Amino acid sequence: MSEQDMRARAERFLGALRHCQVLGMRVHEVRASGLTLLLPYSPHIVGNPETGVIHGGALSALLDTTCGISTVCVLPEFEICPTLDLRIDHMHAAEPGKDVYGFAECYRVTPNVIFTRGYAYQDDPAQPIAHVVGAFMRMGKGAQGDGLLKQQIQGGGQ
Amino acid sequence: MTPLELNALVRQAHTDNNYDSLISMIPYARLIGIQCLRLGDDMVFRLPASQDNIGNPILPAIHGGVIAGFMEHSAMLHLVMFMEIPHLPKIIDFSIDYLRAGHYRDTYVQCQVWRQGRRVANVAITAWQTTQSEPIATARAHFKVDEP
Repeated sequence: MSEQDMRARAERFLGALRHCQVLGMRVHEVRASGLTLLLPYSPHIVGNPETGVIHGGALSALLDTTCGISTVCVLPEFEICPTLDLRIDHMHAAEPGKDVYGFAECYRVTPNVIFTRGYAYQDDPAQPIAHVVGAFMRMGKGAQGDGLLKQQIQGGGQ
Repeated sequence: MTPLELNALVRQAHTDNNYDSLISMIPYARLIGIQCLRLGDDMVFRLPASQDNIGNPILPAIHGGVIAGFMEHSAMLHLVMFMEIPHLPKIIDFSIDYLRAGHYRDTYVQCQVWRQGRRVANVAITAWQTTQSEPIATARAHFKVDEP
């Protein structure tokens, strides 16, 4: 699949997730090697009203989504992959007023599980504000709701 | 908010058995709609079903990130309410296991502080929907509690 097709699929995937729309998340970059999403700064996601620093929960939503959608970079067909677990290490607080980028890659794909890892950053990917690792289940064919969502997200007559 | 103001807010909330002011001071908690219920000496946090929190449109199910955020914030509130921490704890790390789909219905969370040292607190967090013995997710978090 071309990176252009992957991007289209990632955008449809993200568009189907209501909470991500509420947070204003967008696809920033899609490569075969991984996916980057953007979480815009907003006063609604502040976790500390004194400093304006965003809440860890908003970062969790960004990184869970990024890891989950990064599966489009490695799977030939769209699959629903629920999160098995997720671990987030916070390197330092996000800088208030600035957007956050989330990057994730799948570093191992087995018939049942996809292992992902990534990080969140603001200006410099080499200075992440958080690291993440997460495992996702592959549900196989016939998962609940698979047909309809797959049709919507996969696109391109595949 | 100074340490004194936060402590006063917590004391007032306990006295009135009304925690709205503590919840509403954090924009993110208002965004996802966290509430809290005091049951005797226990505190149970509640996240009412909301369309805006949906991640999987087909089931439908709550976004995993919302469940994580709800659990993280509940742990932070729990520390502020019971551990007499004079400022908002800072998250160090957070690890969550998703055990069942979080369906489109109310979700509840209870926290257990396993250890509070001078600098760091360790909190275990359980989330459920139908019954507490069948959690939809369990999590653990470390918070830095020694300085603002």
